[in-house]
Amino acid sequence: MKMHEAKRVEIIIEAVMEGRLTNALNEAGVTGYTILPVSGGSGRSGQWSREGQVGRAGGMVAVICLIHPDRLDALLESAFAVVERHIGVVSVSDTYVLRAERF
Amino acid sequence: MGMDGILALAGANLVSPIILSFLLGLVAALVRSDLSFPEAVAKGLSLYLLFAIGFKGGAGVAAHGVDALLVAALFAGVILSILLPFIAFAMLRFLTRVPVIDAAAVAGHYGSISIVTFVAASSLLAGRGIPAESYMIAVAAAMEAPAILSALWLAARRGGTAERVGAELWREILINGSIILLLGAFAIGWFTGEAGLAEIRSFIVDPFKGVLCLFLLDMGLVAGRGLRSSRGVLSLGAVIFGIVMPLVGATLSLAAGLALGLSFGGVVLLMVLGASASYIAVPAAMRVALPEANPALSLTLALGVTFPFNLTLGIPLYLLLAGAVTGN
Repeated sequence: MKMHEAKRVEIIIEAVMEGRLTNALNEAGVTGYTILPVSGGSGRSGQWSREGQVGRAGGMVAVICLIHPDRLDALLESAFAVVERHIGVVSVSDTYVLRAERF
Repeated sequence: MGMDGILALAGANLVSPIILSFLLGLVAALVRSDLSFPEAVAKGLSLYLLFAIGFKGGAGVAAHGVDALLVAALFAGVILSILLPFIAFAMLRFLTRVPVIDAAAVAGHYGSISIVTFVAASSLLAGRGIPAESYMIAVAAAMEAPAILSALWLAARRGGTAERVGAELWREILINGSIILLLGAFAIGWFTGEAGLAEIRSFIVDPFKGVLCLFLLDMGLVAGRGLRSSRGVLSLGAVIFGIVMPLVGATLSLAAGLALGLSFGGVVLLMVLGASASYIAVPAAMRVALPEANPALSLTLALGVTFPFNLTLGIPLYLLLAGAVTGN
């Protein structure tokens, strides 16, 4: 089956910034993404866990976008403007998709 | 009341199911038990408590009417919420070496309020048959947000880089879910009055304390986990701050409550509001507006030090202080 190259951008960001990030992505023309809950983790800013938390302040979410490689810079620029000062991780990896016209 | 009386009251408070549930959670987390509440359950308990306390407050206002004091009490609450962060900031800078941005973020937490501390104090008052103004719950809601402004002003003024507070952040702060549910339930309770309360009493009155116990069990777990994972975050100065600041807030609120002419119960509740620190509304706002501030410091202080202090010793102490001053 024919596969097409694509980029997978994974942004782990503070839950309170989720709406701001997805707004920025939408404005940059990236309308396809998936948001996953993050149940816990550990990093430079210490440990966090979603268990038992009532507020959103202590939690993180993962936003995953699959896009055509040509659109990567625009996506990273708009995403970085939102996440720059916040706790989180931005990573990019190569991947393949089956239906290129959707990305 | 002498020292014996103080100890007796504190002792009676400590063996209530509410406090013991909190301690159970705290101990379970500290010994690394796998006891935990899923996030959705914790959120559900919190929604129940906000709805019930708001509704009961509104129904109380409908039953007893509103007096001119309501507006004055709301105003006093807002002023306290704006003022307390400045005192907290100065104390933190004196007692600890935390950076300006962290001091400002912590200060914001201490100007705002903890609704569950308020609920625990209301339960203690109700258990002892001490009436209080039903609209104090509206005062609690009014005290949630103003402190955020003070914190951001302090951060910007003292060299920090506070995010400009745009319309979006204001919208999130002012109509955040907790405030909307609390005030909305208050409005429904006020509108439907005693008859409305009678209809749902079996849901929001009778099981209330049991749900509160479960919620406090969860708070204990979260506080214990925070304390366990943040060794090294809290200096001795910060811990002293976490205990002295509520006393300062309570004392200022005592003066405000007396000047307003609130009832004995109302004064106690205002003291509890002044003494408590936010761990829901303000942390979220601070993460957006002051992202460089260390979230572990504010949350561990508010939830790991000040909340347990208020719950166990603070509330009985405020009750005794207000009683001594008002002659009750």
